[in-house]
Amino acid sequence: MREIAGWTLFAVWIAALAAAPFLGDNYTVRIAISIVMFSALAQSWNFIGGFTGYPSLSTAAFFGIGAYVGAIAQRNGVPLVLAWALAVIAVAAFAALLGAVILRLRGHYFAIGSIAIVEIARLIASSWSEVTGGGNGLNVPLMKGGPEVVSMFVLYAMMAVLLMAVAATALVARGRLGFGLRCIEQNEDAADMVGIDTTRYKVAAFVLSAVFCAAVGAIYASWVGYIDPTDSFSILLTLKAPVMALLGGAGTVLGPVAGAGAFVLLEEIFWANFLEWNRAILGGVIVVLIFFLPGGLLGLRLAGLGARKPTPPPATAETPR
Amino acid sequence: MDVAQIIANGIVLGSLYACVAVGFSLVWGVLNIINMLHGSMIILGGYLTFFAWRDFGVNPVLALPVVAGLLYLLGFAIQYVFINRVVSAPVLTTLTLTFGLDMILYNLMTVYFEATPRRVTLDLGGVEILGVALPVDRLIGMALALSLTAILFLVMRGSRIGRAIVAVRMDREAAALMGIRVERIYAITFGIGALMAGAAGAIFAMVFPVTTNISGLFLGKAFVICVIGGLGSVPGALVGGLALGLIESVAGSVFGPQHAILVGFLLMLVLLLVRPTGLVGVKGYE
Repeated sequence: MREIAGWTLFAVWIAALAAAPFLGDNYTVRIAISIVMFSALAQSWNFIGGFTGYPSLSTAAFFGIGAYVGAIAQRNGVPLVLAWALAVIAVAAFAALLGAVILRLRGHYFAIGSIAIVEIARLIASSWSEVTGGGNGLNVPLMKGGPEVVSMFVLYAMMAVLLMAVAATALVARGRLGFGLRCIEQNEDAADMVGIDTTRYKVAAFVLSAVFCAAVGAIYASWVGYIDPTDSFSILLTLKAPVMALLGGAGTVLGPVAGAGAFVLLEEIFWANFLEWNRAILGGVIVVLIFFLPGGLLGLRLAGLGARKPTPPPATAETPR
Repeated sequence: MDVAQIIANGIVLGSLYACVAVGFSLVWGVLNIINMLHGSMIILGGYLTFFAWRDFGVNPVLALPVVAGLLYLLGFAIQYVFINRVVSAPVLTTLTLTFGLDMILYNLMTVYFEATPRRVTLDLGGVEILGVALPVDRLIGMALALSLTAILFLVMRGSRIGRAIVAVRMDREAAALMGIRVERIYAITFGIGALMAGAAGAIFAMVFPVTTNISGLFLGKAFVICVIGGLGSVPGALVGGLALGLIESVAGSVFGPQHAILVGFLLMLVLLLVRPTGLVGVKGYE
């Protein structure tokens, strides 16, 4: 029941976002794109951060590399969608290599290592001027059509990525991979002992967490028409993905989408009303989230419904099955 | 530039780096927390020192203990009110919480102090030793940074509080059984971390311009130094700081200054993988 309700809400939400170009003005469409984009990023983070509990902070690296590969390919005459696909392939290879190395670290060391990747990528992008344009950034060829056509196209492209990410999450959550990843989260050594190839599972989750970010990054680059190192490899972006996933409920299928939607809308309200204080207010939201919503929004819903049921769900937010 | 000058610059910079990282390292080692607030606390210390100098004419060397004391109180309060509640939660929780707090502090600073780069200019001139030119304010900064690091080392070694902190770091449960109030020690440790950040900020304001925009830069330095030197010990931060200072100075003159930071980060990544305990770290601490 609960699962059906969740998916119904999700379908309604996606339909509402998809209808934005027809119902609202350009500003509304921009917010819708923002929501879909961050939903996809949070959903991607969920593969590694939510399922295995590895505190990955590499989101911005994947996003930024995707943006740069897509932009450079497009500048060299590669057609739009093919450039996006190239970005995905490049980042998938990068994540597989990186994951094989960096996933040997655990806990705090992994967190530091993964955040260092973002910094390293940013520094390389700003110093490798011949290819990346250095600190001046890169102009990306504008898409054809007026601004309304472009934003509609971007919205649907991002939405396609999000839907693929959600579908992949649902498949992983039901399948062998998800089971293995949850075992790793519970106790990696024990998982290893009972025959789960932990390295392969973790790398698979890491690559999954990277490819959708790459697609989103490449689409983003085409949308805004200009990218630079600070914007593409931002620490804020890298931390927003886990915060959104935690806000919704990490390790669940629909949690990240709920969290990202809530977060972007809140952010938009703060930007509009408290421009000067928006960063502090977001910080406050994060603090409140940590103390009062440890299971995320979905956890809240489960706890509320569970109270009236004979078997209350466990305190940790489990996937609604 | 000749080799002696490069090395001297590296050592001066490295001493300041040691002071930047030692508080961060202590908090990570004892509380097992990656304190994302550290960079902003350094900036806060720098700003307070700057305004004390500009508006009240207080010499930064005299302002330093007061600023450090204020930062101690701030750190103690933050730990007591917020972080103690989640101190044993997974790294993501504590990291996110301190990042949220950092966003608040950062915002407060940009609103009340503005993001303009601020620097205390003392105009003390320079000295030349064996053909190596050194500005006097940097030498004072280096002396202050090294003596503060040494004082912290002695406090950790010799005082009751220091021994209690080390005991909590080694075994929280056993320390509690010995009558140590662990929560209090955590708050004191976080306070000391903030104190060292404030002192580092005060020193930096004498030498370089500080602005809120570079709080992330300081945080990144603290990461790198901790990993290079090894966690949770004062000598580790000292070795890591000096190593990073020298690396940046040498890499800056060989590859150009814009690549110096990159070299530091890459070295950190390599060390993370081959020797996560750092150059002088102890095995067995997570």
